[in-house]
Amino acid sequence: MTQPSHPMVKAEGVHKSFGPVEVLKGIDLQVNSGEVFCLIGPSGSGKSTFLRCINHLEKINAGRLYVDGELVGYRQKGDKLYELKDSEVAVKRRDIGMVFQRFNLFPHMTAIENVMEAPVQVKGQNKGQARERARELLERVGLGDKAGNYPSQLSGGQQQRVAIARALAMDPKLMLFDEPTSALDPELVGDVLDVMRDLAESGMTMVVVTHEMGFAREVGDSLVFMDDGVVVEAGNPRDVLTNPQHERTQAFLSKVL
Amino acid sequence: MTVDVNKTDGPDATPPAGPEAIKAIPVRHPGRYVSAAVALALLGSVVYAFAQGNINWDAIPDYFFDDRILHGVWNTLLLTVLSMVIGILGGVLLAVMRLSKNPVTSSIAWFYIWFFRGTPVLVQLFVWFNLGLVFEYINLGPIYKDYWSSFMTPLLTALLGLGLNEAAYMAEICRAGLLSVDEGQSEASHALGMSHTKTLRRIVIPQAMRVIVPPTGNEVINMLKTTSLVSAVQFADLFKEAQDIGQNAGSTVEMYFLAAAWYLIMTSILSVGQYYVERYYARGSSRSLPPTPLQRIKAAVLPTRRPKGVSA
Repeated sequence: MTQPSHPMVKAEGVHKSFGPVEVLKGIDLQVNSGEVFCLIGPSGSGKSTFLRCINHLEKINAGRLYVDGELVGYRQKGDKLYELKDSEVAVKRRDIGMVFQRFNLFPHMTAIENVMEAPVQVKGQNKGQARERARELLERVGLGDKAGNYPSQLSGGQQQRVAIARALAMDPKLMLFDEPTSALDPELVGDVLDVMRDLAESGMTMVVVTHEMGFAREVGDSLVFMDDGVVVEAGNPRDVLTNPQHERTQAFLSKVL
Repeated sequence: MTVDVNKTDGPDATPPAGPEAIKAIPVRHPGRYVSAAVALALLGSVVYAFAQGNINWDAIPDYFFDDRILHGVWNTLLLTVLSMVIGILGGVLLAVMRLSKNPVTSSIAWFYIWFFRGTPVLVQLFVWFNLGLVFEYINLGPIYKDYWSSFMTPLLTALLGLGLNEAAYMAEICRAGLLSVDEGQSEASHALGMSHTKTLRRIVIPQAMRVIVPPTGNEVINMLKTTSLVSAVQFADLFKEAQDIGQNAGSTVEMYFLAAAWYLIMTSILSVGQYYVERYYARGSSRSLPPTPLQRIKAAVLPTRRPKGVSA
């Protein structure tokens, strides 16, 4: 599956602490472009925190984190690091789409307005064009008929699909999914996973924090098992999930599978 | 899409095929009749007492639409609107400053609120009125130069006094509103590449409005009444005009009643406006908005047509 490609995300010894609590204790990993990269692990293991570091919603304390070859949050000149201004961080985030566990749709806007918002406000697209494109995207996630609905008038699964369309509207080169199905009723999970599967087939680079082992096995190209702030085991999802080498991975999988 | 039938058609509307409707004797509430009678009796005796009193009631209709009174009403409304505009803009600015990561701006906002909320507005009005003692001239180089006392008209004094004081209160209301918006909203907005300012303007403030509008409506109504203080700095508002007429015509108390009636009329109109503004900012937060009183009347008169904008 993996075509010869450059690294989209590269982490070298990434550390992150919240006050005295060290959440990430040296993460090394690489996500190649076009790859679906799954992060699994018990809650509190640091998966979501790591994901949030990738688009600089969290600031890392040590190590290096690169997206598409560029440092996240900093600029390097010689051997000195300069913090990026908020506006420079914002520019980099345009290329990284993010989907949240709790959807975080804008409740005061209709579905289509949610999708149009960033292209119009950030990229300065004209409204007609943005609306056209938003309609296509909503069509693509199977919600063409819900364009005029407010988030409160949509089910959880529909809201999450609108959120995916909203992220795609910025034409990102990387999509981050933070437990996108964890807040959904079991019967609604399938629709969201179908959309993600389509997206994976279109060649999008995706980093997915998930508890859906079935999805990881079928769609994932790589999988990492994290526990207590470190990468415990990494490899092909089918191998790791069916034949885990490490004790902790075995213990975790025996509980969730 | 459910059609709301039960509201308009009454109890007979049960479909014929359905189960038999329950026929029971409703609970009686004799206490309600008793309390209504007592309340009416009390009201009647208060009205009687006032009617008996040594008050020349005929003076009120005589002056109710007097030019000076109407002028005062206009000035009161003007002052209310302008002071609230200053108050709201200042309040939003102060709230954002207060919540800013920059320690300088948040301290300035804290100090401003501390000062203006901590001193009586009447004292502030007098300070503005007498500021000529401190600054003799106002001098903006080649653009403008004049004596402070001729620069500070009664309107400007009143505006500064009321508006800047109001900004301190509005700041606290706005801050509560901004804090009420879920953090995930600004995170989502930032993740899309929107700047702090855009996030605030497009995402956070519109949602904060739901929390900000009801107490702001309260503030507008309060402001309308507080403007009566500016008669102390010679601004010709409703209260001052009424007072002046009262003193000249020898009907002081009558003119206070007249002013009270005008204030009551204006606050009532504002309350209706507040209802519609709140309704506007509730969109998206509930699945369907309740019909406005006007739509309810329409629905009752034309029971077959569903009111516009109300859909499930």
